[in-house]
Amino acid sequence: MLEAKIPEGRLEEKWRNYKAKCRLINPSNRRKYKVIVVGTGLAGSSVAASLCELGFQVEVFTFHDSARRAHSVAAQGGVNAAKDYVNDGDSVWRMFYDTIKGGDFRAREANVYRLAECSASLIDQAVAQGVPFAREYSGYLSNRSFGGVQVSRTFYARGQTGQQLLLGAYQALMRQSTRKSMQLHTRHEVLDLIVHEGKARGVVVRNLDTGELSSHFGQAVVLATGGYGKIYYLSTLAMNCNASAIWRAHKRGAYMAAPSWTQFHPTSLPQLGSYQSKLTLMSESLRNDGRIWVPKTPGDQRAPGDIPDAERDYYLERRYPSFGNLAPRDISSRAAKERIDAGCGVGPMRNAVYLDFRDAIQRLGLDAIRQRYGNLFDMYRKITGSDAYKEPMMIAPAAHFSMGGLWVDYELMSNVEGLFVLGEANFSDHGANRLGANSLLQACVDGYFIAPHTVMHYLAGERIDGPQEEQLQEVGERLLQQCSADLKEMLDRKGNKTPEEFHKELGAVLYGKCGLSRNRKDLLEAKEELRKLKDEFDLNLLVSGASKNINFELEKAGRVRDYLEMAPLIIQDALQREESCGAHFREEHQSEEGEAQRNDEEFQYVSVWEYKGSNEFELHREHLDFEFVKVSERSYK
Amino acid sequence: MRLILNVWRQESPEHKGAFERYEANDLDPHMSVPEMLDHLNQGLIKKGVEPIAFESDCREGICGQCGIVINGEVQSPESHCTTCQTHLRSFRDGEELYLEPFRAGAFPVKKDLIVDRSAFDRIVAAGGYIGANTGQGNEANSILITHDRAEQAMDAAACIACGACVATCKNASASLFTAAKMHHLNSLPQGEPEAQQRALKMVEQMDAEGFGACSFTGACEVVCPQSISIQHIVEMNRYWRKAL
Repeated sequence: MLEAKIPEGRLEEKWRNYKAKCRLINPSNRRKYKVIVVGTGLAGSSVAASLCELGFQVEVFTFHDSARRAHSVAAQGGVNAAKDYVNDGDSVWRMFYDTIKGGDFRAREANVYRLAECSASLIDQAVAQGVPFAREYSGYLSNRSFGGVQVSRTFYARGQTGQQLLLGAYQALMRQSTRKSMQLHTRHEVLDLIVHEGKARGVVVRNLDTGELSSHFGQAVVLATGGYGKIYYLSTLAMNCNASAIWRAHKRGAYMAAPSWTQFHPTSLPQLGSYQSKLTLMSESLRNDGRIWVPKTPGDQRAPGDIPDAERDYYLERRYPSFGNLAPRDISSRAAKERIDAGCGVGPMRNAVYLDFRDAIQRLGLDAIRQRYGNLFDMYRKITGSDAYKEPMMIAPAAHFSMGGLWVDYELMSNVEGLFVLGEANFSDHGANRLGANSLLQACVDGYFIAPHTVMHYLAGERIDGPQEEQLQEVGERLLQQCSADLKEMLDRKGNKTPEEFHKELGAVLYGKCGLSRNRKDLLEAKEELRKLKDEFDLNLLVSGASKNINFELEKAGRVRDYLEMAPLIIQDALQREESCGAHFREEHQSEEGEAQRNDEEFQYVSVWEYKGSNEFELHREHLDFEFVKVSERSYK
Repeated sequence: MRLILNVWRQESPEHKGAFERYEANDLDPHMSVPEMLDHLNQGLIKKGVEPIAFESDCREGICGQCGIVINGEVQSPESHCTTCQTHLRSFRDGEELYLEPFRAGAFPVKKDLIVDRSAFDRIVAAGGYIGANTGQGNEANSILITHDRAEQAMDAAACIACGACVATCKNASASLFTAAKMHHLNSLPQGEPEAQQRALKMVEQMDAEGFGACSFTGACEVVCPQSISIQHIVEMNRYWRKAL
């Protein structure tokens, strides 16, 4: 049933073979096909621009007021590519292996290899688009290191790499937007996926400025709607990031894979008060030169400068000497939690650790540090009001990236035919833990290099003038009426608790019981608490305003409802997986030293869930075959 | 912390707007301005009052959505900050604040504090890109770009399209926005082939959108959250003259 459609051949031949054999459509016929693209982050903008350049009709939707505001814009540190410009032994194979290992052997070999294989071309293309990556004085491109690897393969544009890559994609999109074949709808949110005769054929959307609903049809639908880490309420994600499009697609039959695998980023700023709406990320690149520590003695209240080296615990360097401060994110976050739980946390809420640049400033000088991280230090000052050149930063783990998402095959198509899922919205390449600077890469590679081929291959097998077209209009109209009734029902509920309040409670349950570490008892409790919260939501929701104009409360209510429906699946997924792997740490499955223990014998598969009606999900398994690498214990010691 | 807030309320582009007065108590000085508005809105909703519509997404100064005018100033009291990076600690306890949307003919008010900045997208669509089709590109290191030139391009490319430059300009000129994008692309070898056409088309679109002319007061660079220099406007004028 779950056919990943991995091409035959040796690992390095698979993608080449696929491209050589996939179906094509004659340039003059392409204009007869229309593809719906949802989302204008890196994956959405890049695929929409690419398909339009190929000659397809493309209709693009974003809930933002401009395509450029999608949350890819906030990624800071960089994008990985196996260019081996620094002559440190990097290669496609090594990048592939680092990513597979970083994901704790819970991703598909063929997908990950393709990601590494396409990485170099992405840098070429970004440079062609004018992305101003950092350069050496010689004029050559500059690289730095990220967590979980021992080479320097990260390209960057100051601390604004996501912004610059997104602007490249956005500009490519805007270039096409003046053509008749592209329709770009800003401030439109998807409410439902139109599936007809087993195939994804369109979407129902709401114009967020006028409240008007409309149905749009095509021969394929691409969802590039990002991750759902905001389900934890406090996260590094933007305020409006949501799971709604993928969740509603899930309810229309698309399978959800590994939903409990959410990455907690180790270098976020800690929560400082209950009013806080989000947590701000500081780029992982800071760990190149910053050293992470806490006082050795629990409860040590001295100012960081007053604590001598002998009384500091550089716990990452101590526990993982070969990777040190550049240990992967899951491991670094868990190690921070371990020290914070042991009472060694710092800051007003004792929920943080220090990231200290004292030694790097002594070694390299203030100017070098300012040049490398100046804008990050400025940002830190703007948010916290303190100067990280003089005292260490305070950082803490925060919900960040969704490794889980809609299940897709090698072609990035879900089990619903014609529904493609790109970027963070799919589950595919990162296994149980994503390496830093691989998310911008995946979003771009999916959109620029993979989907243009696989979508065309799919469309080539589709008819564009079948007798089903009239019925399709009726299906769209029926779903539109349902969506409309649904919105009205939420507005009419008139309880006394706002979506925001529900979201905060939901986040607290998930952080506490299904966050950085999980155990059966907590998960079972969480399940019960979430059931009660959803029941209360159904009775007591308060949404102000009307449906006929800008109404952020109504938008939020829909998103929170989807989160409340999705949360039980996250719990179920975490409960079902009786092992620790990557970001999924089950306390029952750890070594004496507190390291994660995988169970390859029983769990070398991805858990893939089918929606069976409210709170019922059926498990399917996609077994992961490792033909080319040896599955081993993931050690960074 | 306590603040008196006079907030611009306007139901739609067609309606007339006015300031409404609210008292916000139990604020925390470390709250950002959008967090304060969230807090105020939760209270309004409970009282059956429609919450204040404002835009804000990333809350870390990069998405460019949140800009508003506070006490007649586009400039954040924390200098070169977006509204979401402006914290209540910048104001006095008990202070009275006036919050209103960015004002410019080319930025019509949509509701309360929200304006329509789609004119920026159309300026980019007119020529703010390099016409390289996707999936191609020479080997990246075959184009050498000196460190300083790359840094200068990045200075310009850092623009977040928030519109603060337009809002603060007495002529509501979009010159800083347009120039930053143009100079970013024109100053790089990859952007050179289209440089003249880009200059003409972007300026033409900027004028067509109803933005005013630049009279070099320099007010825009003072408020720019990304500290983008008016030097780029000098470059834009040079490109444009050359292309005529």
